[in-house]
Amino acid sequence: MAEAIHEEVHRHPAPTGFIRKYIFSIDHKVIGIQYILLALTAVVVGLVMSVLMRLNLSWPGTNWPIMGTLFPTGAPGGIMSPEFYLSLVTMHGTIMVFFVLTTAPQGGFGNYFLPIQIGADDMAFPFLNMMSFWVTFVGFVVLLLAIFAEGNLTIGSWFSKLGESFAAGSGTVGPIGGWTGYAPLSALGKIAGPGQGAGVNLWIISIAIFCVGSLLGALNFITTLLNMRTRGMTLMRMPLTCWAWFTTAVLALLSFPVLLGGGILLLLDRVAGTSFFIPGGLYVSGSLVPLHNGGSPLLWQHLFWFFGHPEVYIAILPGMGATSHILSTFARKPIFGYRAMVFAIFAIGMLGFFVWGHHMFISGMSPYSAVAFSVLTLSIGVPSAIKTFNWLGTLWGAKIRFTTPMLFAIGFVSLFVAGGITGLVLGQTSLDFFFHDTYFVTAHFHLVMGVASIFGMFAATYFWFPKMFGRMMSESLGKFHFWVTFIGVYAIFVPFHAMGMVGMPRRYAQFGEYEFLKNTHGLVLFVTVAAIITAVVQLVFYFNFFWSMFKGKKAGDNPWEATTLEWNIPSPPPHDNFAGIVPEVYRGPYEFAVPGAAKDYIMQSEPEGGPVGAH
Amino acid sequence: MGRVLGLAIWIITLGSVWMFASKHWWFPESISEHGPLVDHQFAITIIVCGIAFAAAQIGLGWVVWKYRDSSAATRATYSHGNNRLEVVWTVVTAVVFISLAIMGQRVWASLHLHAAPAGSYTVEVVAQQFSWNFHYHGKDNVFGRTDPNLIDDSALNYVGLDDTDPNAKDDSVVSTLVVPVNRPVELILKSKDVTHSFFVPQLRFKQDLVPGMAIPVHFTVNKVGKYELACAELCGMNHYKMKSYMLVLPENEFSELVNLSQEKFQARKDELLAKYQLPQY
Repeated sequence: MAEAIHEEVHRHPAPTGFIRKYIFSIDHKVIGIQYILLALTAVVVGLVMSVLMRLNLSWPGTNWPIMGTLFPTGAPGGIMSPEFYLSLVTMHGTIMVFFVLTTAPQGGFGNYFLPIQIGADDMAFPFLNMMSFWVTFVGFVVLLLAIFAEGNLTIGSWFSKLGESFAAGSGTVGPIGGWTGYAPLSALGKIAGPGQGAGVNLWIISIAIFCVGSLLGALNFITTLLNMRTRGMTLMRMPLTCWAWFTTAVLALLSFPVLLGGGILLLLDRVAGTSFFIPGGLYVSGSLVPLHNGGSPLLWQHLFWFFGHPEVYIAILPGMGATSHILSTFARKPIFGYRAMVFAIFAIGMLGFFVWGHHMFISGMSPYSAVAFSVLTLSIGVPSAIKTFNWLGTLWGAKIRFTTPMLFAIGFVSLFVAGGITGLVLGQTSLDFFFHDTYFVTAHFHLVMGVASIFGMFAATYFWFPKMFGRMMSESLGKFHFWVTFIGVYAIFVPFHAMGMVGMPRRYAQFGEYEFLKNTHGLVLFVTVAAIITAVVQLVFYFNFFWSMFKGKKAGDNPWEATTLEWNIPSPPPHDNFAGIVPEVYRGPYEFAVPGAAKDYIMQSEPEGGPVGAH
Repeated sequence: MGRVLGLAIWIITLGSVWMFASKHWWFPESISEHGPLVDHQFAITIIVCGIAFAAAQIGLGWVVWKYRDSSAATRATYSHGNNRLEVVWTVVTAVVFISLAIMGQRVWASLHLHAAPAGSYTVEVVAQQFSWNFHYHGKDNVFGRTDPNLIDDSALNYVGLDDTDPNAKDDSVVSTLVVPVNRPVELILKSKDVTHSFFVPQLRFKQDLVPGMAIPVHFTVNKVGKYELACAELCGMNHYKMKSYMLVLPENEFSELVNLSQEKFQARKDELLAKYQLPQY
């Protein structure tokens, strides 16, 4: 019955025109690639910003003539101003978290491969899928405008017509409230200083738009996975990637509405004179703030982090899924403890909703709540450890093929451990007295939600590229990219812990004001050099990506000798994935090294009768 | 490739563990009663983390070294896992992590789940964009009335002290935090504009100052000296230089100072600020 409906409703003819085929496409594969290209664009912006931040921290007050030309107000005379630095901090965080770590793993690879891996011909709601991408794209454009509304007087003047709170051109390159946008700094408007005008409004609007796009996507993922699995594809036969995308979609469905609501309230505080987050009796920049009363700054933090903590799992769960999948494939060995992996991923997702308070131990929240949040936070370590043990168990007794995707998947495991383990430090209230908002925190989340997730995406890119484009990426360039990046990210983020140990606060434009930070100069410089090298080497990845698209070695249907459904169909897949034939699944997703089988892998679609593995 | 990767993972592990074990970059010396307890809890935690980190990384390095594809073995081991092992490592990590979590509440509870002890000296802290104000009650032990409507930075009334209130007559407002040694100190933390955070690394203490709230906290300092006070919550463009000092004085010097009238307090405080040196870093 369900199947009849899905065939009737979802099959749509292949588009013929360029616009319907490549721009406003409703094909999940095209939309997936659009998301990936969006992330590849956004990550360049975010990466360049991080290099600029490093330059400023290492050589404050230096004249960079090109900066003076590009940002005459943010970097007058080529010298980056403190507010310019803070706008880089804000935009780097926002772009990376929303438009890179949330788009590529889920909207990109999830969109492309979830339907194929479960044997569906498209997402449940193809039109909604197209909408979710284009809404997200609009969000990105608005975010870029936020930079120029503050920094560029011409663009700023367009927005000034929208009213006082949009009056812009304050002389920075963008909003400077940090990606967390704590109220009331983010709620007061221009009186709170430079970078608090139109840029912040556009920043909030951009995030609100992004929330809508993500919500549409989440609905689609959940419906597709629950309703459109092909014959024989029981839940417990799904690849772990699908479990990860599904859990991520559930998290997005439950957390983005809260941020959307919070964002709207924040915008109302700024433009409509409400006081959700602004208490009475404030005295800002030399004058009393009239007309605001009764708001709570902590309310914003609760709303933000109720979303913000699940968001870090939204970023990393797809990477965990891809890593599990790729490790098993190149270990030529079934995943260790499939059921435990499924339960662990769900446990992480669900527990993730009960720990947001660990971002707020010292915020003025009740210290009793802090105790509860702290114990729950360390509990999340348990399913995380289960996953690590199972990855090691998968490699134990394996016959590892060191392809580029495998190297990045192994790198993911290493980085996930390195970044995750310090959660045990930061999750304790007593230690947060010292470490809150120091570089120790920056080290922790960059390793675990930043580079570990990115390694998951690199692994996914090298792994699925042949399926998406029908050609292989260069293995030698890929391996070079892996080695420099793997060593580079450790060289960047391990020293961050040392900075945290001496108490270096985050979000400081310069460190020279404080004696207790004076011994860190060598570390700061070392990190900058490592960051520049690592950033430059990413060009090799970009070259490999686009060059291989046209010049790479032709890939067959199943170049990696993998088992799941996407490897049954041509590379790249036809418009409706399975050319009208409904695939049937006979076994679990990771049947490698089955004793007595002809080959060392048995595909999910291979019928019963021959030598079989577990079901 | 497997051997090289295994080696690389081991070297990275060694380097990371060395960075902590060498203690080259470490906490500044503690000056508070609860500080050594924080340091001790950190030491236990970082040892547990270090063991878990090293074990996982060495294990990872080992499996990629050992199980690299050498043509000798024809196939990988066919195994879907081992439930007994799953139970063992789940239980072990749960016990270790939850124990750490419970131990990690001790210092927090001792400071935050109790009111300031009797005999504490109370100071009101009022943060504002890029500077700190410390409001002393003077001889009468009572703070003068404050009102946001009376705040006037240009007239140097930074906290909105009501001059008509008799209790305000002996109050002082200065830009340096001065506290007595070995006597509990209670701070009432407030902010005039946006959220700031009170952070003295040596104190092992940090707490946000939130507009619209008055957050009482307490601690006891046990070492005389001058220490840097930093803002640890992003508060605007000059966040990085929202700096002040915490001056810890012997009881006699302290009580002499805080009983002076505003102008003399100010002058004497500046003298003391010059007299004491920052710790050697």
